Amino acid sequence: MDTTELKLNTEEKTGMNDSGSWDWKVDKRLVANISHWKEQFGYMEELYVSPNGERIAAVVKSDDMKFSVCENGKVWDKTFDKVWYLQFGPDNRLTCLVSDMGAWTIAIDGEPWEKRFDFIWNTQFSENGKDIAVSAQTEMEYFAVLNGIEWEKKYSVMTNMVMSQDGAHTAAVVQTIPVGAADIFKFREGCFSVAVDGNPWDINFVNVWEINFSKDGAHAVAEVRTTIYDYTVAVDGRLWNQTFPAVWKPRFSPVNNSVTAPVRKGDSWMLFKDGRQFWDQHFSQLWDHLYSNDGNHIAAIVAPKFGRWTIAVDGRPWSLTFGDLVTDMVISPDGKKVACVGKEKDFWSVVVDGRAWSEAYDMVWKPVFSPDSQHIAVKVEKRGYFYLLVDGKTMEGEFKVLFNPVFSPDSQKILVKGITGNPDEENYYRQVIRLSDIPG
Amino acid sequence: MHEIYKFVSGPLVWLAFIIFVGGSLYRLISMAILAKKKDGLVYEYFSLKYAFRSIYHWLIPFCSRNSQQHPWLTLVTFAFHVSLIFTPLFLLAHIILIKESWDISWWFLPEGMADFLTIVVIAGCVFLGIRRIVRPEVRYLTNTSDFIILALVGLPFITGFWSFHQWPGSTFMGILHIFSGEVLLVMIPFTRLSHMIFFPFTRGYIGSEFGAVRNVKDW
Amino acid sequence: MAESAEKMKTSKIIDKGIEEGAANLSSKKIEKVIHDVLQNETGARLKTYVETCIHCGLCSDACHFYLSHDKDPRYSPAGKVKQTIWKILKAKGKVDADFIKKACEIAFTECNLCRRCAMYCPFGIDVSYLISIVRRICFKLGVVPQYIADTAHSHASTLNQMWVKDDEWIDTLFWQEEEAADEIPNLRIPVEKQGADIFYSVIGPEPKFRSQLIYQAAVIMNTAGVNWTMPATPGWDNSDMCMYIGENEMMGRLKKAYFDTAMRLKVKRIVMGECGHAFRSIYDQGNRWLGWKMPPIPVIHAIEFYYELLKEGKIRVAKKYEKGVTFHDPCNIVRGRGLHEMARYVTKAFTREFIEMHPNREHNYCCCAGGGVINCGPPFKKKRVEGDRIKAEQLFAAKSRGAETIIAPCHNCHGGLEDIVHHYGLGMEIKFLGDIIYECMEKPESMGE
Repeated sequence: MDTTELKLNTEEKTGMNDSGSWDWKVDKRLVANISHWKEQFGYMEELYVSPNGERIAAVVKSDDMKFSVCENGKVWDKTFDKVWYLQFGPDNRLTCLVSDMGAWTIAIDGEPWEKRFDFIWNTQFSENGKDIAVSAQTEMEYFAVLNGIEWEKKYSVMTNMVMSQDGAHTAAVVQTIPVGAADIFKFREGCFSVAVDGNPWDINFVNVWEINFSKDGAHAVAEVRTTIYDYTVAVDGRLWNQTFPAVWKPRFSPVNNSVTAPVRKGDSWMLFKDGRQFWDQHFSQLWDHLYSNDGNHIAAIVAPKFGRWTIAVDGRPWSLTFGDLVTDMVISPDGKKVACVGKEKDFWSVVVDGRAWSEAYDMVWKPVFSPDSQHIAVKVEKRGYFYLLVDGKTMEGEFKVLFNPVFSPDSQKILVKGITGNPDEENYYRQVIRLSDIPG
Repeated sequence: MHEIYKFVSGPLVWLAFIIFVGGSLYRLISMAILAKKKDGLVYEYFSLKYAFRSIYHWLIPFCSRNSQQHPWLTLVTFAFHVSLIFTPLFLLAHIILIKESWDISWWFLPEGMADFLTIVVIAGCVFLGIRRIVRPEVRYLTNTSDFIILALVGLPFITGFWSFHQWPGSTFMGILHIFSGEVLLVMIPFTRLSHMIFFPFTRGYIGSEFGAVRNVKDW
Repeated sequence: MAESAEKMKTSKIIDKGIEEGAANLSSKKIEKVIHDVLQNETGARLKTYVETCIHCGLCSDACHFYLSHDKDPRYSPAGKVKQTIWKILKAKGKVDADFIKKACEIAFTECNLCRRCAMYCPFGIDVSYLISIVRRICFKLGVVPQYIADTAHSHASTLNQMWVKDDEWIDTLFWQEEEAADEIPNLRIPVEKQGADIFYSVIGPEPKFRSQLIYQAAVIMNTAGVNWTMPATPGWDNSDMCMYIGENEMMGRLKKAYFDTAMRLKVKRIVMGECGHAFRSIYDQGNRWLGWKMPPIPVIHAIEFYYELLKEGKIRVAKKYEKGVTFHDPCNIVRGRGLHEMARYVTKAFTREFIEMHPNREHNYCCCAGGGVINCGPPFKKKRVEGDRIKAEQLFAAKSRGAETIIAPCHNCHGGLEDIVHHYGLGMEIKFLGDIIYECMEKPESMGE
């Protein structure tokens, strides 16, 4: 399964939030002295920063060895037996999963839900961050919880829980028919299905993997197999009329709810739409496809030949290929540009529209487009330090920790969130820079 | 008899060599094309350096652990294969024929040496034949064709030896010698004798996988 | 005429997966499936291997099954090929269900795909590849031993080998973190730490049965000051029985999830625990099926990682392990990666007395558990243990020279050797290299002191 999608880093969703209301004054502001934190706590985990850069937090241990969260230098009043999965939502709320006496819940800005569970995990946010869902288990029954409300129906097995963009729906792979230990023949009859808001489709599959909602949340699509050999796509429980030896994650078009999926034919891969061939080209590999916002373009990570990786836009692969991998593909908001990260012989680079930026790095993070699609910012790492690249140029300053940048709604400024300084004086700054002020 | 001799030593030689060379090329090229189509990774992972490293260790006797474990077999097969290839190439009688035809010649084996190498080949065939019968693990794998192949290899040497020493019926044996040599050549590309042409590739491929990918020796 | 199983050796073992799987097989279906597999999925390698094999039998001595069965030729590598793929090719796929059952038993339970014979064949014929084709045919026919088939279904449903649920995995990590923090205060198993240097990956049996290995790894990581992480999502397990049953499509799915996890976590390297087949799956086979010539993110086996930590002084020897030890070279990281010298370097550093077993390194005898054989479960246990008498003899010889402990840095080897040690009454104990390191390394001051 593509866990990238499931676990979208909250920071990557910041393009869709209400960033208009943030502080976009050109300024460099000290938010927290991290060295003080380190002195204060014997135990401190890695730092997380809110999309707007105003809040910085880490899981810490108090003197009595209980877990808590330090935020902007202040420790929450409440302590817990365990705190993990610190996540800022797109609306800058801070969430984490907490437990006390073996009972788990989610704490939002320090306030735990009243409901307790035997375990919860997989925090999901809606596009605007207002809705929060988690996967949960109580007394060995599994279900999703959306804004504190549990699915009525519970299942013996649940995995791959996802939430619709609008936050109205959740769906997950569930086991609908019990299978005895090592009962391989029962298993092959098909004992799994998709539950949307807790209600299972009226069809069972041998297996189900990735689920995707349509943009409006009204439809769901899943990659399934109907026998141990036959893979296909199920839209709202209805199967494509063809099966394949393998498929990868399907997606809805954002405009007309048609569905596309990479499918295997013979020993190559193609893109199919609504059960029929869509792209003419065959690839040695094809996966992780994305639509542009207007639905007019599709880009996918492909291997035109064994061992060489690139991006194909509307079926046409770039001529520049990479031997190690291509990942973190993004399409610009206007749908005209595609950026990704490529790796060749252990060196990582930024690639935009088939051309690599000049330098290679030890690591490159997912590129970020400005709302007007004219600018690209990328966090990179070299020899243990982090740098910010904007439109191919390295911005001045090296960071000990750097968080993904955000462009202002008017695409004129960039919000840089990073920690600089020496070990005795490590500071977290929130800085807004005018793009026209970046030298180069 | 003379007509038959003229035929087998004339047109048939040409035919045999054409089939041998053409057949070998055909087998190699068609296999290369098939590999390209169905086993592309053979090309992807083939490494000349490690292919040669592997071939070297398996051509030289006692380099591989397996050859050390079977010293007699190693000696016999090495002597057998070397003699098998060396003798016909450097036999005076063959060189004279070529000299007569094209006026080119090269170094040749002394008579006694040629006799000795021929006997090595014949004895090798006998040894390998007996091994096929007495060793259970070999007998289990053996079928009639394995004996036919040994006979095919042995026959030109037996008949050649016979005719060279002018034993009774040497004319007939001479013809049979040429004919069996031609049959052998023709059979190489199309029977398990093709291990001769495929050896460098099977060996080279596994050598590449072991050496270049898995960082380990394969002998 | 259909090739039947008459001339093949008969087995009394009843396996539900094989019996019921073959129950409704028609000759027509068998012929079609065989034709499809041979036509669509094989080519020059199969053809060359079959036509180049000169039936010399020199592969025989490479095989522990052959050596353990008093040199019964039916157990030689080429002997097993003869009974399976040769017959299939000769009969052009016209074989009956009984033949498939026998071929299945041979391919799944009499060959560990250890590739030792590839080192003994003068032509370098890869018998494990040929046997894998037989397994692929059996899988496509639905004739797969029950237990390993169930494991493959677990992989498909949970992306791990042991039906471990998403929450059980995370909970196990927390539990081990808590336990280990009693020994080393503030010890952490960093879950979902994006941008860590290393993604540490284990296989399904670790959270299920051997969670102390996660504990030990956490102690080693914390002591060495490694910037590491473990995922809280499926994709943490790189084990792969799908690879061994010929379910290549699922192997691909597992490896995609695995490397996607590494890429999502933005790690520079993957370090994996002491497992052999899982290494083969991500380094050699699964990545290829997906189109990655080499793993997209470098994968480092535990042995190589320990070696690196020791060389760099990140872990230090506090005391030497007292008992005499011998080292079992697992096929997938020795013939599969050449880690035997690094393993010896680390072993010798932490132990007082090191005794080689013979043969060793690339030439070591297989544990008889790998290649999915142990995963075929209880019905085949006796056969598996009896099929590796030569291993018992090899171990006994090492024991007679003072080896009390066997170090085997592979889960399957562990399981296989345990059964062998028990069955033949060898009275030796088996440890992971990590067990020894954990026991003998310098650790940060513990709370108890």
